[in-house]
Amino acid sequence: MTGLGSPRVELRNIHKSFPGVVALDDVNLSFQPGRVHALLGENGAGKSTLIKVLSGALAMDSGQIFLDGQLVDVTSTTAAQAMGISTVFQEVNLIPAMSVVKNMALARNNGRYGFISWKRARKDATDRLKRLRLDIDIERPVGSYSVAIQQLIAISRALEDNTSILVLDEPTASLDAKETASLFAVINELKSNGIAIVFITHFLDQVFDISDDVSILRNGQLVSTDQIKDLTRQDVITQMIGRELDEAEHTAADKSNFTAGKDMLVAKGLGRHRTLAPFDLTLRAGEVVGLAGLLGSGRTEMVKLVFGAIQADAGSIEIDGVKMPKISPQKSLRAGIAFCPEDRKAEGLIGELSIRENIMLSMQAKRGWLKRVSRKEQEKLAEEMIKALAIATPDAEKPVGQLSGGNQQKVVLARSLASTPRILLLDEPTRGIDVGAHAEIIALIRRLCADGMALLVASSELDEIVAAADRVVVMRDRHKIGEIDGKEITRDNIIQMIASQ
Amino acid sequence: MSDISQNNTSMGWFSAIIRHRSTWPIVALCVILIVDGFISPNFYEIRIVQGRLFGNLIDIMYRAVPTALVAIGMALVIGTKGIDLSVGSIIAICGAVISWRIHAGDTHFVILLYALGAGVMCGVWNGILVAGMGIQPIIATLILMVSGRGVGLLINSLYGGTNPSFESPLLQGLSTGHIWLIPTRLFVAAAVFLGIWLLIRRTALGLFIEAVGGNASSANIAGVNARFITFLAYVICGLCAGWAGVIMTADIHTSDPISVAMYIELDAILAVVIGGASLAGGRIYLGMTIIGALIIQALTTSILISGLRPEYNLVVKAVVVLFVLLLQSANARQAIATIFSRLKR
Repeated sequence: MTGLGSPRVELRNIHKSFPGVVALDDVNLSFQPGRVHALLGENGAGKSTLIKVLSGALAMDSGQIFLDGQLVDVTSTTAAQAMGISTVFQEVNLIPAMSVVKNMALARNNGRYGFISWKRARKDATDRLKRLRLDIDIERPVGSYSVAIQQLIAISRALEDNTSILVLDEPTASLDAKETASLFAVINELKSNGIAIVFITHFLDQVFDISDDVSILRNGQLVSTDQIKDLTRQDVITQMIGRELDEAEHTAADKSNFTAGKDMLVAKGLGRHRTLAPFDLTLRAGEVVGLAGLLGSGRTEMVKLVFGAIQADAGSIEIDGVKMPKISPQKSLRAGIAFCPEDRKAEGLIGELSIRENIMLSMQAKRGWLKRVSRKEQEKLAEEMIKALAIATPDAEKPVGQLSGGNQQKVVLARSLASTPRILLLDEPTRGIDVGAHAEIIALIRRLCADGMALLVASSELDEIVAAADRVVVMRDRHKIGEIDGKEITRDNIIQMIASQ
Repeated sequence: MSDISQNNTSMGWFSAIIRHRSTWPIVALCVILIVDGFISPNFYEIRIVQGRLFGNLIDIMYRAVPTALVAIGMALVIGTKGIDLSVGSIIAICGAVISWRIHAGDTHFVILLYALGAGVMCGVWNGILVAGMGIQPIIATLILMVSGRGVGLLINSLYGGTNPSFESPLLQGLSTGHIWLIPTRLFVAAAVFLGIWLLIRRTALGLFIEAVGGNASSANIAGVNARFITFLAYVICGLCAGWAGVIMTADIHTSDPISVAMYIELDAILAVVIGGASLAGGRIYLGMTIIGALIIQALTTSILISGLRPEYNLVVKAVVVLFVLLLQSANARQAIATIFSRLKR
């Protein structure tokens, strides 16, 4: 704890779980008036859930929220707003085609009997914008303004006279440097008015520019809260991604007597404008290549470019020395590449289909739709995979959407393995799964590698990469900044590379 | 979820039946037919007239064929999370093509191929718009829905026919003829049903359609060519509408693009939904779709024989359909299963 004055808002023992995932596990946090408090953490660390609980958008399972020392019950976003908790969510909730004043009027009732008094609405809008020194035409549609202005409009809409705490969820995600600077000027002014500001971002530079306190979340737990002046970039990175693993996991990769096999996949100058700067990458038989970097550094983009899930606009890929004319998921699959995406729900599973159908999908796609895998073979394959990966389910016919997170992840893995790939691309293979399954998956990765498969594993867990990888590719700001291998692979070396400017 | 059936094993099979998706449409169909029996005492009578079976039950199946044919194709399109509003217009175009080629003097078997080919071409057009250009299905197929009947009129004007009637032993044989007492069109419908069923369940097409409809980006990353599969669904839908076009055009002996198969897309969509599929895509229930088409036709027939004023037709139909759809929702089935298990205890 920071130990400064009395906190504006205090969260005690907040607990929230979703089916199969603990999103917040006993989180204690306090936010001081007149200070900017940065919340950091990787995807799925629990930042968004935490602010949804604070702003009344989600009900917590247990825990208490104190506002100026008083226990409060935040039942809805409207209730939170009335108490002085204002939130600007990540997706700007403005309607682009509507005018500024109409967008402002949407949020509140200013007339009687459900009518809107446009006179009052205009005055209200002008007053609100004035607070942020924003002088714009309120009759123009919101969409005609730049994203930065839209962000400020959203903030001014959220701010009330009694606002005591303002939560900003990734406000700078789509702003350029100049726009960010003007937003920070506004934040500094609000701060000097004694408002507590919670600032969520994944840009480390901005954290050091603007915030006074920093809290780091990982897997739903609070890792630390410190004043920014006591921290270095390295400290922050270490706390975000540097989980200490159990000893069992540590011994997984035996790096001393490692000899890589032949080159299986060679990417040359592969890249896409505004997505990832061109990079070279070689994957070899029997080798695990780790992909390290902070959130937003381009890990996922690199894996997707190699698989063809994102179309590259530069460079080329050779598989076994043969150049692939065009890269698409279908072509990659036929060439023996399989990919497990990071976002299971959106890109991995087909929730309504059964476990069996999900597992055999890629294998069937590889064969083509005309050559159907018989029901008997499908059942045999599903049984084998359920057994091999220890998927916890009564039978293979259960819709995959009803499984827990770890088991869903295993189904996605099973699908990739069933297509008998020679090159396997894994994006966050252990995201959101429990410790037991975690160790199993790391062990599986090593086993596949020993069988001569080439693997590329992107992960936000640094120690996972240290444990599993024979070679590590380090990413920063959508660039590949280097590679390290053998004995060089240590937490400190990787953190050093990411932190060096 | 299934705690009732587990806690109470004697209730198991019963509540499983209540909760099964196929139960309620079949019950609804039976109820409609039973009510018909009360309204009209000789409802179930089946006679042989001029070497052909006649009777209300036969009539319901006979009249349901065009909707059923269209609904089979629609079931695939809805499975991809799409919709095809243009099926009525495809029927109009097929009719115009048939009449045009008959007046041009082609052999009737070739004309049959032309008509089905026209349906396929319409499906290709829809498929290109939806899968190739990424236009939302409802808009993409609206284009052909609106323009298709005009295209039919243009084809009619190719040979100056305003109401071009024709005779074709082959096509009329398929539509209104009979084989061994049974109307031929029932064989046609059965053959198309069987063909499509084999196509989707004996290849992986059905699975791929369901995967694409369930989550297109997951399917794509798993290696399924989502665009091609979507395209194929619209082409098959066009072919099915083509068959419906052959049956309907031969029945009315003319090409009448303005009014033929008006609103058939709505009946077909309804049949698919009554059959248990969701417009959110991801599942194909071909057999239940046929039950859906039969329910719609049974309703129409029973309103006719009940002597209700024709003004009531659509309203009664709407009420019954609403009821069937309510029973189709998982929540309603769960609630009914719970009520039954309480009563039994």
